[in-house]
Amino acid sequence: MSLTAERKTYLDGLCGKFRRDVIDTLYAAQTGHPGGSLSVCEILTALYFEKARVDPSNPQKPDRDRIVLCKGHAAPMLYRVLAEKGFFPVEEMKTLRQLNTRLQGHPSIKHTPGVDLSTGPLGTGLSAALGMALGLRLSNTNAKVYAILGDGDVNEGTVWEACMSAVKFKANNLIAIYDWNKVQLDGKSADIMPQGDMAAKFSAFGWRCIPCDGHNVEALCEAIDKANAYPDDRPVIVLADTVKGKGVSFMEGQNAWHGKAIGESDHKRAVAELGGK
Amino acid sequence: MAKAIREIYGEALVKYGRDNTDVVVLDADVSGSTRSALFQAVCPERFFNVGVAEANMSAMAAGFASVGKIPFVNTFATFITTIGLLSARVFGSYSGLNIKFMGAYGGLSDAYDGPSHHSIEDLAIMRSLPNFRVYVASDEKNADWLVKHAIDSKGPMYIRLSRDVFPSVYESGTTFEDGKGKVLRKGKDATIVACGLMVGFALDAANLLASDGIDVTVIDMFTIKPLDADLIVESAKTTGAVAVAEEHSVIGGLGGAVAEVLARNGVGVPVSFVGLADCHAECGAYTELLAKYGLDVQAIVAGVRETVAKKL
Repeated sequence: MSLTAERKTYLDGLCGKFRRDVIDTLYAAQTGHPGGSLSVCEILTALYFEKARVDPSNPQKPDRDRIVLCKGHAAPMLYRVLAEKGFFPVEEMKTLRQLNTRLQGHPSIKHTPGVDLSTGPLGTGLSAALGMALGLRLSNTNAKVYAILGDGDVNEGTVWEACMSAVKFKANNLIAIYDWNKVQLDGKSADIMPQGDMAAKFSAFGWRCIPCDGHNVEALCEAIDKANAYPDDRPVIVLADTVKGKGVSFMEGQNAWHGKAIGESDHKRAVAELGGK
Repeated sequence: MAKAIREIYGEALVKYGRDNTDVVVLDADVSGSTRSALFQAVCPERFFNVGVAEANMSAMAAGFASVGKIPFVNTFATFITTIGLLSARVFGSYSGLNIKFMGAYGGLSDAYDGPSHHSIEDLAIMRSLPNFRVYVASDEKNADWLVKHAIDSKGPMYIRLSRDVFPSVYESGTTFEDGKGKVLRKGKDATIVACGLMVGFALDAANLLASDGIDVTVIDMFTIKPLDADLIVESAKTTGAVAVAEEHSVIGGLGGAVAEVLARNGVGVPVSFVGLADCHAECGAYTELLAKYGLDVQAIVAGVRETVAKKL
């Protein structure tokens, strides 16, 4: 079902606000990962505000959908979205990465309400998401598990082990969303570890692939609906075409902004481009 | 004929896990070896063979644990504590998820396969992970209890098993307690703190030493972490000399744990370390390997004589 114009405007507005706030948070903290955070903004917004069944008043609700941010370094955007959703006060964003914070450098189930899996080391998220999906199925809930992959993440062999296993165990309640910005820490994926035909690779492993514009909330929602509607037992991956650093011209497509602290003049420029004051 | 520890393990999984629908069992294409296949035979819907993909298996287990299941991760001890370690650390140790890592083929028990398949560093590795509890099965009764304990007690655990038959140490109906070592023999001249296969050997060593006039205490420290510090300190003070015996490197395992406790409590008694002398073994018959690399009854006797000779 497509979004109403009103809803679409609302979600787009949220994304704009999240981008501006994350840039402010990272500027204040002088540490954290801007590039991947800006890249995953619409994916997280589509899930938490439209498609995933989560309950901020009961973060541990047993039959909730799970969202696993395999690319855990995008934690700032995850935290901003969780705060907006009501899992904790937005104010708390200013404690990011500081001593005694609930907002650790990478997502932690020990610290942060709403986080479903501790991530950070790449490659383990999809496997864990698969275990969640199979466990939920054994418990006879119809909860879904969404796993958000990144370009560094899919360098790891475990991701492909998980791909094989998900097909073997018919994990049709597992949906992967690949935040496919094609840039990683040291450079373009094409230079660091060429990806080849990713759709063909996932398909060869037995997954269904749904390509979509990863910066269009409506397109993402439609892709997720489509993924959930397949009647068979194959796992599905949404190949979300994204841009690292999306929304800030000098960060877009630049690996240097994977995890760089934002200086004063860059902060001003970024805020101006994102329509802030 | 006594049963191998792995057989006891597989049977215990069935005994305690069959009717507990939270228990799920994962294996990495060695279920016939680990004997997790016994569980598969009765609960196929809760058994997951992931192929030779140990890292994937450990991370999948974390997912199961995060939705309330009690996952048992099965493969050779050396592969769990190396390839599977990342997930043990991030999901078990850091996140506190209720994952049970079952180290099959502990020590040199996969003797003929050689050092690539031996596990001589696992206790040092797993003991250093915050929040982990670490155990070494010492005989059939103890191994059976450890499986039940793993199901009943929440939190990440590493339990070292064995491919082989261990000397029987305990009577049926023996009860065990987390963090409490078992005093199997009381003596006045030295304390042997042992785990795993070395426990039965230590009792034989004690008998040999007794005929030579050396009277030793033997402790089964199957609970490596939490360690029974009070028992170790008390027995070390009483006997004035300690020998630690483990099928493990002399670095960082039970020996390291005992030495830490004695140092922290200011108990200045000599300690000898019976274990692999910071080296890898080789392939060969199990009993021959144990003899050549100083892990048999005679090695424990020598270890006790060494520590007793250094008594003040």
